Amino acid sequence: MGTGAGTWSLDAGDYQRISEHLSALLQESNARCALLVDRTGQLLANAGEQLSFDPAAFASLTAADFSANDQLAKMIGEPEFASLFHQGEKESMYLADVGRRVILVVLFDQRTTVGMVRLRVKKTVGDLAKLFEEMFSRTVPPGGQKEAGPLAGADDEIDKLFGD
Amino acid sequence: MSMINYASREINCKLVYYGPGLGGKTTNLEHVYNKVAPDTRGKMVSLATETERTLFFDFLPVDLGTIRGFKTRFHLYTVPGQVYYNASRKLILKGVDGVVFVADSQIERMEANIESMQNLYDNMSEYGYDLTKIPFIIQYNKRDLPNAAPIKDLQAQLNPGWPVENPARQKPTPDPWNQGDFLIQQVDGTWIERAPYFESVALTGDGVFDALKAVAKLVLKTLS
Repeated sequence: MGTGAGTWSLDAGDYQRISEHLSALLQESNARCALLVDRTGQLLANAGEQLSFDPAAFASLTAADFSANDQLAKMIGEPEFASLFHQGEKESMYLADVGRRVILVVLFDQRTTVGMVRLRVKKTVGDLAKLFEEMFSRTVPPGGQKEAGPLAGADDEIDKLFGD
Repeated sequence: MSMINYASREINCKLVYYGPGLGGKTTNLEHVYNKVAPDTRGKMVSLATETERTLFFDFLPVDLGTIRGFKTRFHLYTVPGQVYYNASRKLILKGVDGVVFVADSQIERMEANIESMQNLYDNMSEYGYDLTKIPFIIQYNKRDLPNAAPIKDLQAQLNPGWPVENPARQKPTPDPWNQGDFLIQQVDGTWIERAPYFESVALTGDGVFDALKAVAKLVLKTLS
């Protein structure tokens, strides 16, 4: 049994590869923007049009939305809902699970269709799942053997930040 | 789980305020929201009922400073305290890095506190998380009320401690936040460790930041 949730990291190379996948998705599906949110509600990356809302709030609600729907799925005897579609009058969003760890959110309007978005998202989900598999294999459980973290030896700085 | 983004030089951590209904969890977040500089916090999101009871969660992201060039960003969540919202309460704990248990100090809420603490242990263990091994503090709220129970009674009921198995850690460890108290000490021949505790009045903000800073510091130290 693990003792906590562990830590994982995203480096510049990961970020670059993720951005490329998201940009290709937007270009080929004609959607407005795409966001990647982890299951704990943290925004990992976004691409496309500038966001007109608070991305942190959006990410926390996305994770909650997905988690709540996961539980609903279990109640009706489904292991999960791998994707969700929220239809608005002008703006719609399509959410898809990536390897049970991350959620891909695509925002789109009447310039495309949900069918087109769904079709193109499938490919991106496959590509991203491979990428995240690799990234999460770097995850270190607390207390496990690990390389020095980004704050290694920073105890004094941490104490100072919090006024000790 | 904390997420380290080397591309944007950010460390993101998730803190959850847990505790019985009407104990002051949402008030804690509101105080933080009102006190921190607007450029260091994001939007506060509350999923509440029409009577302002938390239905799913409250959410507030705050930046607590920069260390080694990394911006430390904490995502503060509260859970719905009411017993029957357990399904949504459990979801919020997913990926948690640190927990603040907000206890209601009023004598008549002792049972509700105990039930909520038990529920926290149960929900954490269902995720495979061990509350004795992650940053965890207790905030005794509503200390200003005349019917507030004495701290020693609250400690005995809610924070009796857990055994310390590792011989290297079996030594008296003073509580840096409460003079005269110990976080690790020998009781009746057994070494026990307790969670750090704080007294607060969330309505006026007394003790709110002390508790937040303490848990944030414990979380960052897990990365150091």
